Amino acid sequence: MNTVPKSGVPYGAQAPKVRRRRMNVSLLLGGATIIFWLIVALVGPMVAPHAPGQVVDLDVFSPASSTLPLGSDYLGRDVLSRMLIASRFTVSIALLATLLAATVGVFCGLLAASSGWVDAIFSKLFDTLSAVPSLMFGLVVIGSLGASIPVLVGTLATVYSPGAFRTSRALARNIAVLDFVTVARARGETLPYIVLREILPNLVGPLAADFGLRFVFVTLLLSGLSFLGLGVQPPNADLGALVRENIAGLGFGAAAVLVPTFAIASLTIGMNMVIDAVSGGRRAGGRR
Amino acid sequence: MIAKRVGGALLTLFLLSLVVFAMSLLMGGDAAEAMLGQNATPEALAGLRAAMHLDQPSWQRYLGWLGGLLRGDLGVSLITKLPVSTLLAPRLLASLQLAGLTAAVSVPLALFLGILAAVRRGSLLDRVISMATIGVVSVPEFVIATLMVLIFAVRLHWLPALSSSRDFSSLHDVVRVFTMPVICLACVVMAQMIRMTRAAVCDALDSSYVEAARLKGVPPRRLVLGHALPNAIGPIVNAVALSLSVLLGGVIVIEVIFNYPGVARLMVDAVSTRDLPLIQTVAMIFSAAYLMLVTSADIVAILCNPRLRHR
Repeated sequence: MNTVPKSGVPYGAQAPKVRRRRMNVSLLLGGATIIFWLIVALVGPMVAPHAPGQVVDLDVFSPASSTLPLGSDYLGRDVLSRMLIASRFTVSIALLATLLAATVGVFCGLLAASSGWVDAIFSKLFDTLSAVPSLMFGLVVIGSLGASIPVLVGTLATVYSPGAFRTSRALARNIAVLDFVTVARARGETLPYIVLREILPNLVGPLAADFGLRFVFVTLLLSGLSFLGLGVQPPNADLGALVRENIAGLGFGAAAVLVPTFAIASLTIGMNMVIDAVSGGRRAGGRR
Repeated sequence: MIAKRVGGALLTLFLLSLVVFAMSLLMGGDAAEAMLGQNATPEALAGLRAAMHLDQPSWQRYLGWLGGLLRGDLGVSLITKLPVSTLLAPRLLASLQLAGLTAAVSVPLALFLGILAAVRRGSLLDRVISMATIGVVSVPEFVIATLMVLIFAVRLHWLPALSSSRDFSSLHDVVRVFTMPVICLACVVMAQMIRMTRAAVCDALDSSYVEAARLKGVPPRRLVLGHALPNAIGPIVNAVALSLSVLLGGVIVIEVIFNYPGVARLMVDAVSTRDLPLIQTVAMIFSAAYLMLVTSADIVAILCNPRLRHR
């Protein structure tokens, strides 16, 4: 969050210059990575050379060749085609879940910031929800309702809405006591007007950073669930599921297991780099 | 103030028991069917449901369960017929060993690195540390674990890929069993702790009273340890508690990958067999552990801050 610079010179004389250069590099690199994965998720499946379930190679875990640019997987399927499909699943499920979590969280957060007793109830509710370890929550819910994509999106959104709630509530409360809000209130504006037109526009920046961060967490949890076999079910697969099914190829260093692993890492690292650069590298990260 | 925090935590714990019970209701009364399998005649099903109190209305079952929990009676596993406490005790011990070792390794190291990075802000060391921590925070636990298995077990043959052995006759065995799970968990936990510690110390170093102390000519070491650190303790303790709570989640994946016989694996197995009493108890233990961590962090932060202490 970009705060007003505090008094005094920065610690270390040449620090600002160095940081600005690094910011741009990481913004460029991270942004390019994110855009790359968005494009892959969008058009990837259309340009895939083979059907994702088609067995194209008699050899399993074969190395990269001119016909199979990323080799074959544990059943002799084309890794490239499966990667293209899997990244669409990972990106779209994570985006959807993050959107849902952010919408619910921000809505409740704004509501809580504007009314005392609503605040007490929502705070307690979301606190309780966030006290259940996320993977354990996913384990129980998906274990009982079955692993379908709507259940997956719902679970991920439920796990990460308390975080969005807490961030937006804290931000909104800070803004709600500022002078221009008091003025609006004195003008006799209605509560929806104050919340939507006076407070919300000031939250867009920090909330965008929070959204990116939450996208990273959702992606990580989704991959973790898929890795445990509770995520996207065969014949479909997301990146975590690809790692799971090809884990036997680890001993040979097969591309089938290494490529999805690095794909997850690049997606989340890229997002983190963008957020770090935008929020000035002062954000305290936490994984919940 | 402290009493209020503890009271709040207890209230949350009570609400949690409702959530946990509701979650287990989602799983339905299938346990009786699952147990009988092919022998599920309607009469046998009804009899077993009555024996397991599955025929009572849910609020009655909830009260019965809560009462038992408060008396220390955790119920009987539906699948193995053993008391949950008997099943749980050795697993809990094993998980605590793993978590305790990880905390003992990671907390001091993370605090040291975080403070170092904050003091040398903008230096090469700081940039290396922050790049490394971003990298580790962004990567799922199972990726770190698989890479470690690839390097140390498959390629170098230094360590066993599984940690299921419970034979601790010599130090050598202990090291062989714990090294990889502990390093994996420590990586994940440390990365966040370093980031948050650095941010907290940076904030303290930027404040005007530290500036004044620096102008007064306080030597750098005293400046950091005597002036900046005491004010950063609140956020740091919070960071430690939050990171250790991540340990609770990370332990699930790590225990599954390394086949480590801890509570989390018990939970994964219980979910697949729909063993309700077991699931409820483990979920409560994990949630209570999280609450305990967060509440004690709150209390330490209050004790460390005179402004809060004397209110």
